[in-house]
Parts: sequence; structure tokens; C-alpha cells
Amino acid sequence: MLDTADARTGGRRQFRLRRPGPGTLVRAAVVTGLLLILLFAAPALLSAYYVDSMTQVAVYAMLAIGLGLLVGRVGLVSLGQIAVFAIGAWVTARLLFATSQPYPLVLLEAGASTMAVGTLVGLPALRLRGLYLALITLMLAGAFSIVLATTNFPNGGHGFLGYNGSSVHIPPIRRPSIATTDPAYFRYAVAVAALMFALVYAHIRTRPGRAWIAIRQSEPAAIAAGINTTMYKLWAFALASFITGVAGGIYAGAVHFLYSIDFPAQDSIILLAVVLMGGVYSMWGAIVAALLLQLLPALLNDWGVSADWLTILFGVGVLQVLTTAPAGLADQVPKDLARLGRLILRSTGPRHRQGVSEHDRG
Amino acid sequence: MIEVKDLTVRFGGVTSLDSMNVTFEPGTCGLIGPNGAGKTTFFNVLSGFVRPASGSVRAFGDDLLSVVHFRRARWGLRRTFQTEQAIEDLSVYDNVAIVHEHARQRGTARRRDVLDAISFAGLDVDPHAKVGTLGAGQRRLVELARAVVGRPKLVLLDEPAAGLPDEETRNLADVIGRIPSRTGALTILVDHDMSLVSACCQTTAVLDFGRLIASGPTAEVLRDEQVTRAYLGTADVT
Repeated sequence: MLDTADARTGGRRQFRLRRPGPGTLVRAAVVTGLLLILLFAAPALLSAYYVDSMTQVAVYAMLAIGLGLLVGRVGLVSLGQIAVFAIGAWVTARLLFATSQPYPLVLLEAGASTMAVGTLVGLPALRLRGLYLALITLMLAGAFSIVLATTNFPNGGHGFLGYNGSSVHIPPIRRPSIATTDPAYFRYAVAVAALMFALVYAHIRTRPGRAWIAIRQSEPAAIAAGINTTMYKLWAFALASFITGVAGGIYAGAVHFLYSIDFPAQDSIILLAVVLMGGVYSMWGAIVAALLLQLLPALLNDWGVSADWLTILFGVGVLQVLTTAPAGLADQVPKDLARLGRLILRSTGPRHRQGVSEHDRG
Repeated sequence: MIEVKDLTVRFGGVTSLDSMNVTFEPGTCGLIGPNGAGKTTFFNVLSGFVRPASGSVRAFGDDLLSVVHFRRARWGLRRTFQTEQAIEDLSVYDNVAIVHEHARQRGTARRRDVLDAISFAGLDVDPHAKVGTLGAGQRRLVELARAVVGRPKLVLLDEPAAGLPDEETRNLADVIGRIPSRTGALTILVDHDMSLVSACCQTTAVLDFGRLIASGPTAEVLRDEQVTRAYLGTADVT
């Protein structure tokens, strides 16, 4: 057994694996800093209008990270995310009206129900990929929006559906007792979104994350490496659906009233487009996508520009991503900034050096 | 020892493997034949990607075909692919570790095993380097490291030297030749490069149109008239 190769490994063992380099520490500090600013400074600095839209950004960041996980990590394209989101909102609303359970528990239950639904939807994913999977999920989402239009969202009525059409005074969906005001609810939403991001991070840095990357590149090679591709694909669907369901739960509390027209099936397509634009290979991409989807319309509205321009912008954005920057804005912008920085340095650098040498000569 | 009995694979009207009967003895065995002879199909049967119409494969006393495909890595099966399949977005270390992780090599130290496999393959790169940044030759070696990590019983190498320059092929031949003595695994090598096959393999089997036409010591097999004819594409009509 022991041959020269083993003797050679002696020197190899000095490699320290997975050491936290300075980059990791800086990144952790940046993330913590941003989170603290969002939690403590932002609600005080922003107007009520922007607190509202930033709450939606938190909700959509969860939607985006869920879809980004499927598309970017595993290579599964789902066009049914808005339906899953709506189911999360529906279950949350129904449970909040029917029971007096604490909000976090209701969120967990909503997440668990969408997880079950999402895993069922994921079953065709075991055999289908790419366009066909996208079509199947879009059909399911379309079917669901019809169901939703007939059943309506619960609004304090009785029975399984909890819909009361004749009610004049519709009770609002309650919020957690610690977060009844808008700024407090914004903090709550950010905290929940941060937890969801941490959940995804914990997955992608460990065994399932590596398995997903292997599956994305080649399923036969993944199987040959001993990866249970069926289980890991369903796991990805379950996780993404859980997060999307929780996002639905946070959305329900944010808007107080739910209407089926707020969840059109085509929103799933725009979501996919913008998630691709933001970048599916990094978690920052999900945040960029959420800002594009929720903060940008709010800004345009504030400036008096029609939000219809967004559809054109997103269309151009997707085209640009697909042709020049497959890793999205989250990857491209820092790279371009670095390139710009180098360019500026190069144009000022030599002159500077020349100045120094002249000074030395003098 | 691998005993293949009456193995037949059909894709619609095409018979890719036609009652193949062959025994592979421990060591490094070559499997050669013209394009379309069924070599990769045979590997795909062993990997569980293709279900044979009939036949059996006994590997070290186990009925390999009854094992679910992804569990075969845990059993001890490793393979490489004709088109290299090292995972671009993972580091060299993670590429090898993922096999160790999912093949559930219990009771062994993962880090040591993985670094051993990397150095056995002769990969002189930083284990943290992303595979996407490596050259073609190095990526082939990453695949080889993936194939020998842990405790493999059967290693299948599908044209591991495809597209490599001569010198790298010689290095590869050296590493492949040492797999059985190091890991104890039976190694089957498919390649069109006869110098690689004769350098690594004690025995060789030859497939042509899904039929086994020769098997035995490599030097004898390569001299076989029928084999030459299969490769040159002239078949006598009898």
C-alpha cells in the first residue's frame, strides 16, 4: 500500500483547508454592518412610503433567493413561484384568523405547507429539466391562479376557506404583537429574511450545496459520485418552497388585506427575469433582484415616471444578462467597478510616479 | 473479479451489447474496440445508467446490477467519463471530497484520504483552486483523483487520455498503472490509444459491434488477426 505517492503526501498535509481568510472576515463584517443599518437606522431615516416598499424588498428578497437557489444552484427553472408565494400568504391568513397562534409559529406552518406543495410540484422535476419543467410549473401556477380567483383569500369568514363576501368591515390580517407598526414590521421582515438567507447559506456551504452544484453540471457524473440526485433535487424544491411560503406569510402581515389579483401567474415570469438579472449564482443577486422589483418602482412612482418603463428595462436587462453577464448584476457591477478603478489608477498612476522621480532627482 | 454473463443491451432495434461473456481479473484490464463497439454502453451498464435486456454482472461476489445506481459509489464503483466531468465551480479538494462524502467512506479520515488521492493523481496544484481555472490535463487528473479516493473496488476509466498531449498521456499511464497496487481496485481502461493500453493493462478484452471478439494478455490480443481486422474495418465473409 505504501508507495512513493504516500511518502509524497507528507508535505501535502501542511495545507490548511477552509481557513477563514481576511476576505471572509471582511464579508462577514459588511453583512453584519448592513443588517444593523437596516434594522436600526433605516426605519428612522426613511419616510413611511419607503419603509413600506423596503418591507416589500425584504419579502421579494426571500422570493428571489428561493428561485435563485433552484435556478442557480441546481439548474431547475420554476415558473410557479408566485403561486407558492400565494399559498404561503393564504395559509398564513387562514391560520391567523382561525387561531391565536404566535406569528412565528404560523410562518413555520405556512412554510411547511408550501414545502409539501412545492415538493409535489418538484416531482415532475425528477424527470424534466429546462423548458419542459418551466412549462409544467407555469401551467400549475396558471391553474392555481384560477383556483385562487374562485376561492378568494380568507378575510375573517367561516369554514375552510374563511371567506366572507358580504362582510362590510373586513378585519385586517394581524401582525405579530411585537411588530404592529410599519417600522417595527419592517424590522421583523428584515430579521425573517436574514434568517432565510442564513438557512440558504448553511445549505450551500455544506453537503447539499456541493451536491446541487454537481447535479447542475452533470447528473450522470453526480450519480457516479454517489449522489442521490432524486433526493437532493426534491430537497432543493422543498427548501425553496419553504422560504417562498414564509415570504408569503410576511407579505400577508405587511399588506393586511389579500386579493387574488395581486398574485397573477405572469409575475412568476417577471420574477425569473429579474432574478436572472440580479444574478443567480450569488446571494447578493437576490437582494439586487428584490431592489429592482420593489424599490425601483417605488422610486419611479415617487419621481412621477410611469412604472411601465420597468417592463422594458427588465426585458433589456435579461437580454444583456443572457448575452454578456451570465452571473448577473451582482457579479458584473463589482467587476466593472474594479476595472474602472484600475483604468483610473492606470491613467493617473504613471504621472504620479514620474512626479516622484523628478522630485527625487531634484 | 468481475464476471459478466450473457449481457445484452438493446436500444430499440440496435443491439449494443450482444450476449457479452467476459471475466476481468484483478489488476488493470483494457477494453478496446472500434467506435460504436459498445465499450461505453458496457460502462453505463456497470454504472446503472443503462438497464440491460438480459444478463448478469457479479463483482467480487455481489450482484452489481441489483444495486441502485447512486449507491454503487458506496459499494466501491468509481468512473470517469469520455467528456471530462470535473465540477468547474468547486475547488479541487471539494471535487474529490464530494465523492468521499457521498460514497460514505466511514471510519476513514476524509481530509487525509482526499489529499492522498490528489497527490496520488500527481496533481501539483493548490487544493483550494477552482477546477474551472485548471487546464485540460489537470482536470483529467482531478477526475482520476475522484476515481481513486476512498476505498474503490472497481475503477472504470473511459478514454482518460482523450485530447491530452503525449507527455501528459505518459504521466497518466504511470498513474493508472499504479491504481491496483495502491487501492486494490480492479481497473478497466477504455481507450483508443494502444500505447496507453499496452503500457497499463496486463489483460485486454476487445469488443466489436457489441460482441466480445478476443480477450487475454494484452500483447497477444493486440497481435490477434481478428482484432486487427475489426480495427481496419475489413471483415471476411464466411
